[in-house]
Amino acid sequence: MSVETGRKSYGVSDVPPAIIGPGQTFETVTDRISQVVLTRKTPRGWFIGLGISLMLLMVFVMSLGMLLAYGTGIWGLNIPVGWAFDIVNFVWWVGIAHAGTLISAILLLLRQEWRTSINRFAEAMTLFAVSCAGLYPLMHLGRPWLAYWLLPYPNTMGMWPNFRSPLLWDVFAISTYASVSFLFWYTGLIPDLATLRDRSPSLVGRKIYGILAMGWRGSARHWQRYETAYLLLAGLSTPLVVSVHTIVSFDFAVSVIPGWHATIFPPYFVAGAIFSGFAMVVTLSIPIRKFYDLEDFITAKHLDNMARVMLATGLIVAYGYTMEAFMAWYSGNVYERYMMWARMFGHFAPAYWALVLCNILIPQLMWFKRVRSNLPALWVISIVVNVGMWLERYVIVVTSLSRDFLPSSWFKFVPTFWDWSTFVGTLGLFFTLLFLFIRVLPMISIFEMRALVPEAALKEDLQDTPEVSR
Amino acid sequence: MSTRPAAIRPPIYGLLAEFSDPNELIAAIRQARAGGYRRMDAYTPYPIEEVSEELGVHGNSLPLIVLIGGIVGLCAGYGLQYWASVIEYPLNVGGRPFNSLISFIPITFETTVLFAALSAVLGMLALNGLPMPYHPVFNVPRFALASRDRFFLCIEATDPMFDRELTRRFLERLVPRSVAEVDH
Repeated sequence: MSVETGRKSYGVSDVPPAIIGPGQTFETVTDRISQVVLTRKTPRGWFIGLGISLMLLMVFVMSLGMLLAYGTGIWGLNIPVGWAFDIVNFVWWVGIAHAGTLISAILLLLRQEWRTSINRFAEAMTLFAVSCAGLYPLMHLGRPWLAYWLLPYPNTMGMWPNFRSPLLWDVFAISTYASVSFLFWYTGLIPDLATLRDRSPSLVGRKIYGILAMGWRGSARHWQRYETAYLLLAGLSTPLVVSVHTIVSFDFAVSVIPGWHATIFPPYFVAGAIFSGFAMVVTLSIPIRKFYDLEDFITAKHLDNMARVMLATGLIVAYGYTMEAFMAWYSGNVYERYMMWARMFGHFAPAYWALVLCNILIPQLMWFKRVRSNLPALWVISIVVNVGMWLERYVIVVTSLSRDFLPSSWFKFVPTFWDWSTFVGTLGLFFTLLFLFIRVLPMISIFEMRALVPEAALKEDLQDTPEVSR
Repeated sequence: MSTRPAAIRPPIYGLLAEFSDPNELIAAIRQARAGGYRRMDAYTPYPIEEVSEELGVHGNSLPLIVLIGGIVGLCAGYGLQYWASVIEYPLNVGGRPFNSLISFIPITFETTVLFAALSAVLGMLALNGLPMPYHPVFNVPRFALASRDRFFLCIEATDPMFDRELTRRFLERLVPRSVAEVDH
């Protein structure tokens, strides 16, 4: 696709020049990325960022403490709106997580070399977003300390969970996703941990990175099995990422609530997840490349490609909204029709039209090359998309529950302070983990970048090398 | 290096030649194989398919391990649900069959992927003999560059053709940046 057009002759290399800056060598790539962790003075911005994140994390701890002390009554949800911010935020975070896997796995299988410089922190983003996502269903249990009841284990109550319930499917999907994402991320890190072990100036650093690198020494035999394992993991993660958000959408689609009971949910949720995930990668990578001078590694080409992916998935999401509305009308079902009418023109109308603006209208600006190459504009659009995707989940979860079959069970949901503080708090958790990750681990895959520099190109005909006799 | 007779010197792991270019390394491996050496390994800062090929490393059993892991995960996932829902705790939920095949697919799929992914990573580590806290090549100080920008070829002492002096001279003719003895 777009990478192919950039594949012009460039010295001895067949690497498109746009995905790595000129003049990079094995040494510069290694030193440039590892010094962010090892020797470079920590920029003041990092401390400020971590400080703000830690403050937000304290907000989360406070909210969690309140929840444990007083129960879910501190939130605005109440029957019939039993799902509100907690499930909205759960779906939002899971969606954000998906871009990491998509970039690592699907783009690897499609041989999109431009993924190399963004896959590592996109994978880290996946892990941290899944951590935030996983907390919400646990908090929503009401008695989080009994969360282990969700797991199938032999117990003195003699009971087993109901395996026909999408909520239990979710338990398996999210825990598998978190585990496989971690394996994928850690496997990718092993050779870079070896680089840090060999280059760390401090004994403690050498010891810690050395233990984590597990004695990796870059043997050709090891690399061969490593590459096989990595490829197989990519092949396994690709259907996994699709299955996870499909199962998340089943939480809704398998029910009979108007607006939820729709077969379009799985594909439309998956597209939405990719849309919001790429938006989050853009939101994070624009400041990071700026503050850490990584413009040679995360180039304009990367941002352009990510904007194109956002545009494409945004159009799928727009199709999803259209079909949802059309099917509600075409079904002739009075409850479906009323729910859609209430969604568009009722109490929640501002949220609905704001999501249309954020997810359908504003992203259309990315058709223009001038917008895609304008970093401030792209950054703002990516944040708008994040907001829009949050609103989408809010509209889906809350409007259906607050306007179901009987007027007697209608309810106006109004979020409370603790709803907001919990959400803001998980943002703090996410960014705290992200800032710590940037500081202690290489945020760009060093060994994969080495394979991209021009001097890594192999000569076509190795017979030219001078003959040496024994 | 030592000038003592070879018989007195302690045995070594092998000889390590350092190159600064992947092409030089590949050429060196070809020469070494043409020269009759078989027990050798190359160390590179990133995976190079041609290097493994030149060393005669073809295929591995990892795909089979992952397949078996996936099948075990599939059987374990379905077996768990079947056993719990049909045998141990049969519960009529809305008149659905105890063995709800279609409802059991999502969890079966997830356990299949989980077991396969675990076998991919653990299998790779096991086949590679990792974690390995000690390996002789790390005794060569310059070997730290193998994770940065240098390419190493190690001819191991267990090779039948290995001879400390002859092999060293052979490696030096390949114009490496350095040749070092690897202590045990």
